[in-house]
Amino acid sequence: MPPVVEIKGLRKSFGTNEVLKGIDLTVEPGEVVAIIGRSGSGKSTLLRCINGLEAFQDGSLAVDGKPLLHDDPKAMRALRQRVGMIFQSFNLFPHLPVGRNIMLAPGLVKKKVASEAADQARRLLARVGLSDKFDAMPDSLSGGQQQRVAIARALAMEPAVLLCDEITSALDPELVGEVLRVVESLAEDGMTLLMVTHEMSFARKVSDRLIFMHQGRVHEMGPPSALFTAPQTPELKQFLSSLHE
Amino acid sequence: MVEFTLWDIVRNLALAARWTVVLSLMAFIGGGVVGAALLVLRLMPSRIGRAFVEGYVELFQGTPLLVQLFLAYFGIALLGVNTSAWTAAALALTLYTSAFLVEIWRGCVEAVPRGQWEGGTSLALSFGETLRHVILPQALTVAIAPTVGFLVQVIKGTALASVIGFVELTKTATMVTNATFRPFVVYSCVGLIYFVLCYPISLIAKRFERKLYAARR
Repeated sequence: MPPVVEIKGLRKSFGTNEVLKGIDLTVEPGEVVAIIGRSGSGKSTLLRCINGLEAFQDGSLAVDGKPLLHDDPKAMRALRQRVGMIFQSFNLFPHLPVGRNIMLAPGLVKKKVASEAADQARRLLARVGLSDKFDAMPDSLSGGQQQRVAIARALAMEPAVLLCDEITSALDPELVGEVLRVVESLAEDGMTLLMVTHEMSFARKVSDRLIFMHQGRVHEMGPPSALFTAPQTPELKQFLSSLHE
Repeated sequence: MVEFTLWDIVRNLALAARWTVVLSLMAFIGGGVVGAALLVLRLMPSRIGRAFVEGYVELFQGTPLLVQLFLAYFGIALLGVNTSAWTAAALALTLYTSAFLVEIWRGCVEAVPRGQWEGGTSLALSFGETLRHVILPQALTVAIAPTVGFLVQVIKGTALASVIGFVELTKTATMVTNATFRPFVVYSCVGLIYFVLCYPISLIAKRFERKLYAARR
């Protein structure tokens, strides 16, 4: 099978500030990759490049073997159907009930008929443990519940890879677990995941591969157990020790 | 000499007020349609469209409505088209209204968090789909109060159409004054009629605002 995501020599600047300085990364189907690093290391920007929320200046990026063409709306629409994204701030649509949040994109983009999309939405809500919330408004849910709806909404597009951008950072501590359990179950079901996270124990437990980003580069990469127990670079050592303070 | 009673004055003015209402509605509907088209153009990623709308807004917000009315009236005539005061007034007020509405609405769209655009985009929705199904429904609730409030400005703005000979409330007042020589009574009535037209609209706008405020708390 071809890699789900293939990134070569990716460079991205905001004005004169280069935030990604040549990223090479390949993600295989079913792989769970966790990205860690300080804020400002470019990890969120990297994720946002993969589904075209940010345009990059140099290098190449392909999903399912198809190159990302930022100026081609048709190609971007096709690509984004293969790449799901979950945000720190959920970004649920507050004017639509939970069920219609999930049904909107399959209906518009995949032309799914309403009854079929509703069935799918109910199935996905059951999967994230929110069967009874189909008609609830997003505002009436807790942060953890909202984030689980966001996961169901992303899954409704049947993506090949799911990007998770610090998805528990905006949650109260007691709500983090319920969201991580859902992500873990996705990983067990063979979903390809690429996640930026500050939850180190979760990254260690769930991911197949850990990436440490530093100053816009992949600074260190390897199995999580190796990186956590025997970091090779002083930067990663320092980063890991700073977490325990 | 013919004697004019107060009732004669009020009756004539009230009849003329119909044309103020009609002109206001035309300006508002025309301005709304043009404003909506400009809004879409303004929000699209294209730089040319955005620059065009910005220039348009600067032009029509930065010049007096009175001058716009003159230009519409005499300008169209220069093109060899015979313009009525109706056409010129409707055109000038439409342009003027749309320039303000597009800015009001743009503010409302920008009040919708950026994450909503990203949420739509990441689900593979196109620009148009995101705008229609995600952004506008949310912007609309914010937009109602200032939009209704602006209607008051439009109604008062129609008074200027009197200068190009459009016979609405203010123009009629001039004519009635010339016949009755009672300018204070006539213009008091005129002021009162404008107030009766505008005040309920202000009240409605305020109610919408309160509702929105309550919903947001």
